[in-house]
Amino acid sequence: MKKVLRIFKENKQFTLFFILGLVVIGVAIFAPQLSPYDPLDAVMTESLQEPSSAHPFGTDKLGRDLLSRVIFGTRTSLIMTLCLVAVIFVIGTFLGVIAGYFGGIVDAVIMRIADMMISFPGLVLAIAIAGMLGPNLVNAVISIAAVSWTKYARLARSMVLKVKKSLYIEAAVVNGTKTWKILLVHVLPNMVTQMVVTAAADIGTMMLELASLSFLGFGATAPTPEWGLMLNEGRTYMAKAPWLMIYPGIAIVICVVVFNMLGDSIRDVLDPRQD
Amino acid sequence: MFKESDIVLSAKHIVKQFPASGGRTLTACNDVNLNVYKGKTLGIVGESGCGKSTFVRMVISLDKPTSGEILYHGKNLSNLSKKETWLNRQNMQMVFQDPLASFDPKMKIVDILTEPLINYGKLKRSEKEAKARELLKMVELPGDFVDRYPHNMSGGQRQRISIARALSLEPEILVCDEATSALDVSVQESVIQLLVRLQKEKNISMLFICHDLALIRSFAHQIAVMYLGNIVEVIPGEDVAEKSLHPYTQALLGAQFSIHMDQNKKIESIESEAPSPLDVPHGCPFQNRCEHCMEKCKTIRPVLTEVESGHEVACHYVTEK
Repeated sequence: MKKVLRIFKENKQFTLFFILGLVVIGVAIFAPQLSPYDPLDAVMTESLQEPSSAHPFGTDKLGRDLLSRVIFGTRTSLIMTLCLVAVIFVIGTFLGVIAGYFGGIVDAVIMRIADMMISFPGLVLAIAIAGMLGPNLVNAVISIAAVSWTKYARLARSMVLKVKKSLYIEAAVVNGTKTWKILLVHVLPNMVTQMVVTAAADIGTMMLELASLSFLGFGATAPTPEWGLMLNEGRTYMAKAPWLMIYPGIAIVICVVVFNMLGDSIRDVLDPRQD
Repeated sequence: MFKESDIVLSAKHIVKQFPASGGRTLTACNDVNLNVYKGKTLGIVGESGCGKSTFVRMVISLDKPTSGEILYHGKNLSNLSKKETWLNRQNMQMVFQDPLASFDPKMKIVDILTEPLINYGKLKRSEKEAKARELLKMVELPGDFVDRYPHNMSGGQRQRISIARALSLEPEILVCDEATSALDVSVQESVIQLLVRLQKEKNISMLFICHDLALIRSFAHQIAVMYLGNIVEVIPGEDVAEKSLHPYTQALLGAQFSIHMDQNKKIESIESEAPSPLDVPHGCPFQNRCEHCMEKCKTIRPVLTEVESGHEVACHYVTEK
């Protein structure tokens, strides 16, 4: 406990963004308590109202309260992003470790598939996949995962190649350690820190990619409160009701900045060189 | 002293070649023949890069020889199935040169020491700590070390942990790859004493790689001198100072520093570099550095010939004299 407190004290930047990150997560969890209205409740008589004391962020074209929709949007964005990062982290690491440790044909097959994925522009390929699967939140996660796992696979592979050469892996072989146990007990723990740091720094980027996909109409579908989708809906009324784009936009910026900075400061805290 | 029936491990005509750039081959071991006897120590000395480590890597089944066979109680190690190789690892364990690098940095001593036994299902998880303490006691370390991490220990302590781990499976053969060269001279001796004591207690055969002839002759029963992938002389350990015959062995002895040495006498270093293992000369491997080099040495490779019981030399000059 003392050790944890010390980490917080010594890393001011980390502490700040850790708290801000918790606030964002708190907003997502307590969305029903925080939002003044039901985000799906359309009141046609109050459509496109300017920000006022009754509706601090104004209302959209169906008269739904924008503040409530932005708050609930945190939920959608956060859950999707965390799922996405978890999926690519697990799949990428798994494939990378297998490729790096066993080498040979397994390595060649996995890494050539990864190269293929990388040779396409990421978002375009994601749009193509999402377009084929049909627009919804799960498919958006799947399509971005399909193009993003390669980064983790490559990183994991290079880390494994480094760890594999070390003497303690050889010693473990001589000790009669079975291959799967070497991978789980000796290889993974010695590379996972770097992987986690990368994943933490990726949360912001992934959030942005998911929002882009929704904005382009391949992610969330109406009436789900989702920032990217809200931006798209507001686009038509940009001149008449600019708050429809301003507030979801600000929400995206804040979230991405908070998680990017959090990822950065986690990197500083867990700096593998200090081990 | 060395009986046929006591042979535990025998290497027969071991050749190990690695492909190198430009279609060349690197010959690390060239027709190595050695026997390891029950409860005895075989020391292998030689310069860096002469193939010592490659040879022991084949002995402990981390590599396979290009040709030739390594027989453990008559079983050829390269013909074993995966399962048999795994089972056979219990009989041969290894102590590495750099103890710190041979431990997983994320593991505590208790896990490091008991890993081999757990791998072979010989230890219950609940008995781990007791067994680790017992092993620590065997290598004369305090039992409280179980909760330490290897980077919090000194070099000598780490090497003791390494020895304890290697002996936890009670192997018949212990391979030490320059196990003392990373240690301080004062610590070297105590580690060697420990190894010798454990060898006597458990009747283990040792294969000890070293480049310090003075150190190894103090405890090895047999010394094999290796040069450029060839064994040039095999000699009982106590005879090395007086009876060694091969010019290379004598050159190694001449290059030895000693506290009692004559300050006025020049230290003999060996002239010129060893030839590259990519381009092994015909005939005797030592020809370009040997003062007794004859015409014959440049064409015919000398083979090990017995000059005395337990003493073999591969040198035309010696055998013709």
